Amino acid sequence: MKHVDAALHVRGESQFMDDIHEPCGLLHAAVYSSPIAHGRIESLNTDRARKASGVAAIFTAKDIPGANQIGNIILDEPLLADNEVHFVGQPIAIVVAENSDLARAAAKLIKCDFAELDVFLDAREACAKGQLIAPPRTFSLGDVDIAWPKCDVIVEGRADSGGQEHIYLETQGAMALPMENGGLKIVSATQSPSSVQRIIAGVLGLPMHKVEVEVPRLGGGFGGKEDQATAWAAMLALAAFRLQKPVKISLRRKEDICMTGKRHPYSSDFKIGVTHDGRILAYEVVFYQNAGAAADLSTAILERTLFHTTSSYFIPNVKATAYSCRTNLPPNTAFRGFGAPQAMFVMESAIFKAAEKMGMDPSVIQKKNLLQEGDQFPYGMQVRNCRSQRCWEEAEERYDFAKIGKAYTQFNAQNRWQKKGFAVMPVCFGISFTSTHLNQASALVHVYTDGSVNVSTAAVEMGQGVKTKIHEVAARTLSISPSRIKVENTNTSRVANMSPTAASTGADMNGQATKIACENILSRLRAVAGGKLQTEQWDAIEIKDEIVHFRGRKTDIGWNELITLAYFARVNLSAQAHYATPNIYFDRKIEKGSPFAYHVYGTGIVEVTLDCLRGTYQIDAVKIVHDCGTSLNELVDRGQVEGAVVQGLGWVTIEELLHDQSGRLLTDTLTTYKVPDIYFAPAEIQVHFLENADNRPGLLNSKAIGEPPLMYGIGAYFALVKAIKAFRADAPIPFSAPLTPEKVLLALHGESQDLNGQKGEDVFR
Amino acid sequence: MTLEKPIRFILNDAEVSTKLPVGMVTLDFLRLHQRLTGTKEGCREGDCGACLVLLGELDVDAMRYHPVNSCLLPVGELAGKHLMTIEGLNQKDLNVIQQAIVDEGATQCGYCTPGIVVALTGFLLNAQTLEEKEAIAALDGNLCRCTGYQSIKRAARLVCRKLSEQLLPLENDCDRRLRRLVELKILPSYLLSIPDRLRQLRPAPGDSPSASSRPPVIVAGGTDLFVQRPEEMREANLDLLSARQDLKGIRIDGNRCHIGAATSVEEMKNSPLLQELFPRLGDYFKLISSTPIRNRATVGGNIVNASPIGDLTIFFLALDATITLLDGHQRRELPLRSFFQGYKLLDKAENELLAEISFPLLKKSFVFNFEKVCKRLHLDIASVNSAMQLQLENGRIRRAHLSAGGVAPIPLYLSRTAEFLVGKEINLHTATEAAAIAQTEISPISDVRGSARYKRLLLRQLIISHFSACFPQQMNEEVRR
Repeated sequence: MKHVDAALHVRGESQFMDDIHEPCGLLHAAVYSSPIAHGRIESLNTDRARKASGVAAIFTAKDIPGANQIGNIILDEPLLADNEVHFVGQPIAIVVAENSDLARAAAKLIKCDFAELDVFLDAREACAKGQLIAPPRTFSLGDVDIAWPKCDVIVEGRADSGGQEHIYLETQGAMALPMENGGLKIVSATQSPSSVQRIIAGVLGLPMHKVEVEVPRLGGGFGGKEDQATAWAAMLALAAFRLQKPVKISLRRKEDICMTGKRHPYSSDFKIGVTHDGRILAYEVVFYQNAGAAADLSTAILERTLFHTTSSYFIPNVKATAYSCRTNLPPNTAFRGFGAPQAMFVMESAIFKAAEKMGMDPSVIQKKNLLQEGDQFPYGMQVRNCRSQRCWEEAEERYDFAKIGKAYTQFNAQNRWQKKGFAVMPVCFGISFTSTHLNQASALVHVYTDGSVNVSTAAVEMGQGVKTKIHEVAARTLSISPSRIKVENTNTSRVANMSPTAASTGADMNGQATKIACENILSRLRAVAGGKLQTEQWDAIEIKDEIVHFRGRKTDIGWNELITLAYFARVNLSAQAHYATPNIYFDRKIEKGSPFAYHVYGTGIVEVTLDCLRGTYQIDAVKIVHDCGTSLNELVDRGQVEGAVVQGLGWVTIEELLHDQSGRLLTDTLTTYKVPDIYFAPAEIQVHFLENADNRPGLLNSKAIGEPPLMYGIGAYFALVKAIKAFRADAPIPFSAPLTPEKVLLALHGESQDLNGQKGEDVFR
Repeated sequence: MTLEKPIRFILNDAEVSTKLPVGMVTLDFLRLHQRLTGTKEGCREGDCGACLVLLGELDVDAMRYHPVNSCLLPVGELAGKHLMTIEGLNQKDLNVIQQAIVDEGATQCGYCTPGIVVALTGFLLNAQTLEEKEAIAALDGNLCRCTGYQSIKRAARLVCRKLSEQLLPLENDCDRRLRRLVELKILPSYLLSIPDRLRQLRPAPGDSPSASSRPPVIVAGGTDLFVQRPEEMREANLDLLSARQDLKGIRIDGNRCHIGAATSVEEMKNSPLLQELFPRLGDYFKLISSTPIRNRATVGGNIVNASPIGDLTIFFLALDATITLLDGHQRRELPLRSFFQGYKLLDKAENELLAEISFPLLKKSFVFNFEKVCKRLHLDIASVNSAMQLQLENGRIRRAHLSAGGVAPIPLYLSRTAEFLVGKEINLHTATEAAAIAQTEISPISDVRGSARYKRLLLRQLIISHFSACFPQQMNEEVRR
């Protein structure tokens, strides 16, 4: 089955939030936000803006009837800044006008005076000053202190990874429509409709049933609309509620980049101990997460970092400590991988450094320490149905690592000005929200009297193909043609208390709920068919390809007739079902438990070519063996792998966020923040899905797909470092992603200090 | 500003007359005033391609269509033209491009997809070959954040493969190519009626939209102007150079090549004349912006913009180019290198208009090279760019021209370095010495395009790269750190 929306997409007919038919009298909003990173608001003057042409109203914190609070996990984030501002781009006022140009023009007339306060941009600095979002957490296994003396080689170091801007092509936005009886309908581009509903109810002091949130689809989310779509919807709700008129906002790209959070930058210290033959005995790491100015999802992201401390490896002695540090950047947020890529980058840096000291290729250590059945993760969970080694070995054979290695050695010996490098990147990623309560979903399925079927779930379609998979689940379960089915937009009135479409769980959980709802309807239909066939052996009745079968034989009852019979027999043709992922728990008091339904495994190899004259590079190929269980839809899953890989490549290479010393983002447009384009993307991405890889806990034996493949991209960093070192063995390269052409050239030809003393510069890197 | 006379053009299959401001961008006209929402807003700066449209012009008897970014296209440019959006491309059934995207799963969230369809349509309308490489090149102005581009490349390949039997050999004649595409149902049939309908639309001479008394802003391609000053442009009275045929074209006159200032970068890229002069022209121009931007951006605009990093400016500085400024009938010529007086400061009177750029033809004894490095290799602004031209005599350098961008407040002609090179032999020593002298001529600053020390190092490397590119045999064995 193709992507169910594809035919609409290619005709430009699919409607995103900003494309929906506009109600009469629609007003448009713009946001006035803080120009400074930290300060007290001394005076706020909106008089000139209020009198500007076309302006209907201006709202500030004092206009909020309920709670000025949009915090999700920790209540530390106001919708509109009241007394203090904590980052450049923090919303202070909403301007509503006849059109968005007038609203933006008026917002520029707002005047605000601040008493500036100290600005922290660096996580370690913030930590040293005690600026923490929550108390630090430590995961441990075995005892590293006992293990160190047993290690033959111990290396220590530091690894830094930068933030990453989501660049969903559709920017953030929302539209709010006042309804009768003081209610509101919100059209929001969010991954978390229920959060939007709950927060708006709180901001306006309304019961949740008065706030209906509808999500048509998203033009990309990647985590950036999990928590951070809420603010815009809530601001619009406030405006529409106060004005009793429909209001819309669609952020300009620059506004979006400036005002929203990114993937968290991390700075980490590691220490790793290895035996002579490459077995890792101990690993100690301290993570400093740059959370930005408010908690947002930082603590959950930090938790996932800890869960992925040891990546795909079993290490008997581990101690991992993590600090979530409050700085004066926009609150950093979810981004595909959710803290795991940062942990894996540190783990791989540690292995790389140890291997270098031992004079061996990192892949020797990587392979030797891969997870095996029955091993234990540092959080206490047993490794079950482990496919780490299987994926590695299959990739090694299929792509012939030895031959690649040989070809590279030969190429590098023969070419002075071009060097090639490759790195292997194994991935192991836990599936489930680590906050156990979020692992639930529901579905509502209606069969109409004409035999067509309508499915509503909590899943938000953002390009990942979740609608397609749910469509397929419904069609397979009911055994009817997919053309009879429509998967609805996501709406809080049809499905309540939704978990965000996140953590790669959208298809898994909502698909399971859909399956249960369809099965409920089926069992009623079997009874109906039994009535017609005058049998009570309902178990012997099944529907196959829209025809009722009895004891394996076709009857003459088709789907349409069956539905008609059911309707006239007054049988319920709707079902609501709920799914809660079974057998998962985690005890945060002891930091042990079994938080994941299962793990996704895979191995990728990344090959690069470096132009040593110019410091530029090309990612030639990424070759992957990936375990997606029994794929529900290979076209969708392949697309997810390829897209995630290129995002991962971008993160460790060219996607660089730069701020000035005052906390203003300098890379705030697509002109200055560069994401991969068609030429940057590797010439070749080979994806082989592991065969005979059923996954019992998954949806129809499949595995979640969204996030894990992003982390194959990390291999590009180490492939590039190897290529650099093939040119200059003593190249001074700290573990610091992204490895931009600038860093590469300085490593190839610069003096050692070129890579360090960056602090004296005007640009904060 | 509001026009006294409306602008008339054809939007998809309908004639349109509008009095909206000429400086409003077409994206806003489409989305806000026509509610044609298939054209998406992604960045408003020509970087993402979600807003691509096809702009068709009647050229003698045939229509020529080019994909352009509607976010940077003023409504004033539409007068007398045919504007096609995704809605105008749609027919009852999906066409071969749309079907290929569906079949290959080359659309995920769908937001960039209409732009991709438009870009590939532009490819079929303008391609020289049906090679996959060329189809991919046509997508150099489209960002997609979902697919990682592999499925999009597969779809492009599928389009090429499916059409190779039906479309090859490619018609070079625009009109015949267009008719063939209509026959194959890639384009809707109403396109065949457009030339006649446009002829009827054409305003009588002197009937061009005239505006208020406000002095007009001169707009060439507008690809930077509408990024930097969109609000101001929306209110402005525009003098659109695209209508000035006298400012266009590439010709050789005696021993000089002349290029009209309003010639688009894409026209230069595709010029057989320039391709003959610069065998690696395609490689250089591939590094300059994207297909839709090149369709609009002009050589004159690049120079007058005075950006210290302007790619074409750097290119022409090393060609020892001369520019011609016009003030009414007054002509003034000056070397390009004397044009830049300070940051965004030009030796140009207010009423002077850059009309032409010319450069002496390169003879056999000349070599030329252009280098550009940026964070993302394509569709990015250079960290440093540079061009070098050498004339050789008996293995030595007889004359040298060298330029560098991104290393000073102006696009820099490296005169001391060029002087040094005269009389030198071609070897690594010469290259590194030249690179060292260049260091004394530059004053880079740290910014988003790189730290000052990076830009210094990069220029050094690019100067060595010039030698390596021009004299691969002499240099390859020799070049060492």
